[in-house]
Amino acid sequence: MKSILAVLSVVAAIVVLWYAACIPMNIQGVLTEAERAGAEVIPATAKDRRGLNEFGLAARNSFAIPATWSQDRPRLPAPHQVAAELWETTVGKKITSKRSLVYHGWVTLSATLLGFAIGTGLGILLAVGIVHSRVMDMSVMPWAIVSQTIPIIALAPMIIVVLYSVGVQGIIPKAVISAYLSFFPVVVGMVKGLRSPDAMQLDLLQTYNATRSQGFWKLRLPASMPYLFASLKIGIAASLVGAIVGELPTGAVAGLGARLLAGSYYGQTVQIWSALFAAAILAACLVGLLGLIERGVLKRMGIV
Amino acid sequence: MMLVVFALALWLLGWWVNARLAGGPHAGLRAVQLLVPVMFGLTVIGVWELLVRGLQVPLVILPAPSGIAVRFADSLPILWADFVQTILKGALSGYLIGCGAAFLTAIAIDRSDFLRMGLLPVGNFVAALPIVGTAPILVMWFGFDWQSKAAVVVVMVFFPMLVNTVAGLREATAMQRDLMETYAASYWQSFFKLRLPAAMPFVFNGLKISTTLALIGAIVAEFFGSPTVGMGFRISTSVGQLALDMVWAEIVVAALAGTAFYGLVAVIEKAVTFWHPSQRG
Repeated sequence: MKSILAVLSVVAAIVVLWYAACIPMNIQGVLTEAERAGAEVIPATAKDRRGLNEFGLAARNSFAIPATWSQDRPRLPAPHQVAAELWETTVGKKITSKRSLVYHGWVTLSATLLGFAIGTGLGILLAVGIVHSRVMDMSVMPWAIVSQTIPIIALAPMIIVVLYSVGVQGIIPKAVISAYLSFFPVVVGMVKGLRSPDAMQLDLLQTYNATRSQGFWKLRLPASMPYLFASLKIGIAASLVGAIVGELPTGAVAGLGARLLAGSYYGQTVQIWSALFAAAILAACLVGLLGLIERGVLKRMGIV
Repeated sequence: MMLVVFALALWLLGWWVNARLAGGPHAGLRAVQLLVPVMFGLTVIGVWELLVRGLQVPLVILPAPSGIAVRFADSLPILWADFVQTILKGALSGYLIGCGAAFLTAIAIDRSDFLRMGLLPVGNFVAALPIVGTAPILVMWFGFDWQSKAAVVVVMVFFPMLVNTVAGLREATAMQRDLMETYAASYWQSFFKLRLPAAMPFVFNGLKISTTLALIGAIVAEFFGSPTVGMGFRISTSVGQLALDMVWAEIVVAALAGTAFYGLVAVIEKAVTFWHPSQRG
């Protein structure tokens, strides 16, 4: 109860700070508009106002402060503007509409999920191979670890263009990037998990005369579940980033990344922020969903 | 066709040597443990080269390693300028500011249970979000030059670093805190002598996670607008010109920079947390 209160007050503090930040960020634009509309502004011309302290400007033209929260194209939109835009583009539009965030979110989500499924599947397979083959362990594992320190997302534009030039387009290139990004965390986490049974437990199975595959299915695989879920949560967040970044270089027409890019081209800040929040909500839902599945699975296995 | 057969043969040979090394009596030696992955990497590069030549893969799909190496050597000045712009100016300054700010914030909120209980879930939540999405906004605010890239990096590394440091500052056990109490240690004495050293493994974990994030942030932010220099700029324009060997050369730079950055932090970690069980083996 107390922790909920603490979280709520932190969130409230962030919102208050956000509203406060809107004043200095937007005051210049608001004053320019007010001057054009014929209002009395101190100092009178935009040239004189340039370079002046924004807080001082706001204090001297306090009549303009409410307008900083309702500008058309603000440098920093106020929270309620973003919320209104989010509401309007999710609930207010038909989901088939090109301006609906549900539509764009689905384009990104489908690529994310496809890539995540491919990346996770291949990652688990490679981890099984690494655990069972000493050669693979010694040759591949160091590279898998090193690859985590490399910004592989830099490959994204190239993957898109190369796949395009061999005739593959649409959802697949984005899914490939997503798969690539979720692949390595899953490999590293799963190898750790499959190795987590200690010598005592492995010896016990030996005394039962268990075969290798029995040892895998009955001991190693169940023991790896907590590790698998921890890396799945990292992997799905990385997948979503991959799908969003994958939409940037081609100037894609649909998807949350495309909304971000279009918003930044046309100075539609409210649109950028609402796409950003839509991506954040999507990420939170995906990670939360995995957390729920984790709780259910681990509970059924009797681990927690 | 000959080259393709060669490639297959090379692959089998490399695998066979590695299998002998890994299954052999010297598999525990450090030199062998280093040699096997290096052999594997060289085999992959060799097979890549032979396949690209043998199947005559066009440059716009996959350049040969030798082509990438030639391009790398030819455009060293450009690569260096991009490295300075993106890594040294954008990523590194953002990394230092972001990690420093997160570290100080963590120390500040650690004194208040209420703040910690409120900020930790929020921080955990934000750390999982696709923060690269803030790049277009920050580019709009801070202009096209490296300042906006540094700002993206600051936002990206702040929360992972904050969460790790706060967790680390909780690491000292009640027994150890009580001992400091019996010594009549002040808050700051027990902070500097007990809790800060105890937090170091966590702090370095955060620093290591942040190295990769910093590079990602700096490169991706350049896709949204940059001066005509920088690794992200070079990658996106070279892709547009279908000069894939240049793209690969930049990726080599990114890989080297990422590994070196991570390695540097790991070396510092080893020196600072030499007492920790994970560093002693």
